[in-house]
Amino acid sequence: MQPRASWVIAEGADACRMMRSIPLAKAMESSLLAYGQNGEAVRPSQGYPLRLINPGWEGNTNVKWLHSLKLTDQPYMARDETSKYSDLMPDGKARIFTYAMEAKSVITFPSGGQRLPARGLYELTGLAWSGRGSIVQVEVTTDGGRTWVAATLQEPRLPLALTRFRLAWRFDGQDTSIASRAIDETGYVQPTRAALIAARGTNSTYHYNGIKVWHVRADGTVTNVEA
Amino acid sequence: MWKLSAIVLATAGTLSAQSPRYGVGRPPTPEEIRELGSAIAPDGTGLPAGAGTVAQGRELFAAQCARCHGPKGEGDVGARLVGGQGTLRTPRPLKTVGSFWPYATTLWDYINRAMPFDRPGLLEPPEVYAAVAYVLNLNGIIEEDRVMDATSLPKVKMPNRDGFVADPRPDVRPEPRR
Repeated sequence: MQPRASWVIAEGADACRMMRSIPLAKAMESSLLAYGQNGEAVRPSQGYPLRLINPGWEGNTNVKWLHSLKLTDQPYMARDETSKYSDLMPDGKARIFTYAMEAKSVITFPSGGQRLPARGLYELTGLAWSGRGSIVQVEVTTDGGRTWVAATLQEPRLPLALTRFRLAWRFDGQDTSIASRAIDETGYVQPTRAALIAARGTNSTYHYNGIKVWHVRADGTVTNVEA
Repeated sequence: MWKLSAIVLATAGTLSAQSPRYGVGRPPTPEEIRELGSAIAPDGTGLPAGAGTVAQGRELFAAQCARCHGPKGEGDVGARLVGGQGTLRTPRPLKTVGSFWPYATTLWDYINRAMPFDRPGLLEPPEVYAAVAYVLNLNGIIEEDRVMDATSLPKVKMPNRDGFVADPRPDVRPEPRR
């Protein structure tokens, strides 16, 4: 490796030969060359025989059917990192190389499309993750955001990995909204949808990580608030 | 963690070569390794010999590109390629080659690697230069008489060259936690 090398240009063998520029520091720190998953070879649709994985980063950088890695002293400004996967702000400027996915969480039960069959005690559960490290806390509201309580986190809690959270919750048959917010090891708190839009406008969607709210109706049906 | 021992790692070929059990594959030749990576840098590194004119590009565009992108690049099932200048700050920004793409080399790279959609890799380098020249001309970025080649293309300054900024995150203040 030459001393000037600071970027890795990854290319895939699909029809459009997917290309992304990856900082060498990320590659040396945590990137993987994946040849297997769940005890079997990486499946064809997942990039067989080899896929680049950049944990915690936007999925587009995980180049499938990887055929070459080229070390360079500059990013190559690929179509998929300039025209696409850049984040256009209200002032007309676009943020580029915004790879990391910030902390996010979602309640998976109860969630949109499901129905609670009756009043009573349930185990509310969901997943949290952060592209900047491990999850240290997940707070849950079951009263539309008036109060938040810390959920129980399932071990092991690993950096750049899904963390399961759980909370006992009694559904009393009243119409309500439920939501979760994740906090990662940097102290970052998952923001609301409104806070994200206030900061970034509505033309920046690749890294949307707003708090996900589910509406629970009195009859137990659960719907997507934003849809 | 992974380590690199060469500038280019010809992954698939190397794996096959290391598979004596099945007796398939062979190490890739240096020529094959060079041909694998076709990436073009914004300073023009990697651009091949050849040249194309706006007029040649107009003819090629009609034959190979217009059926998806429209005769004048106005967009159809394929992306719109022209217009949108001045819309990036509006609620409905129109992101095209002309209004958004920061480097002309990216256009060469992407046409070369991914177009035409149904036959990627079909175009020879002079045809790619010609297609790029025509799309730039449609956007009013280069004049009708310009020739695009490895020297002239990296010098084209795209209108939105200075429209990109570094990642400033974390940028969103959470509401006070209760």
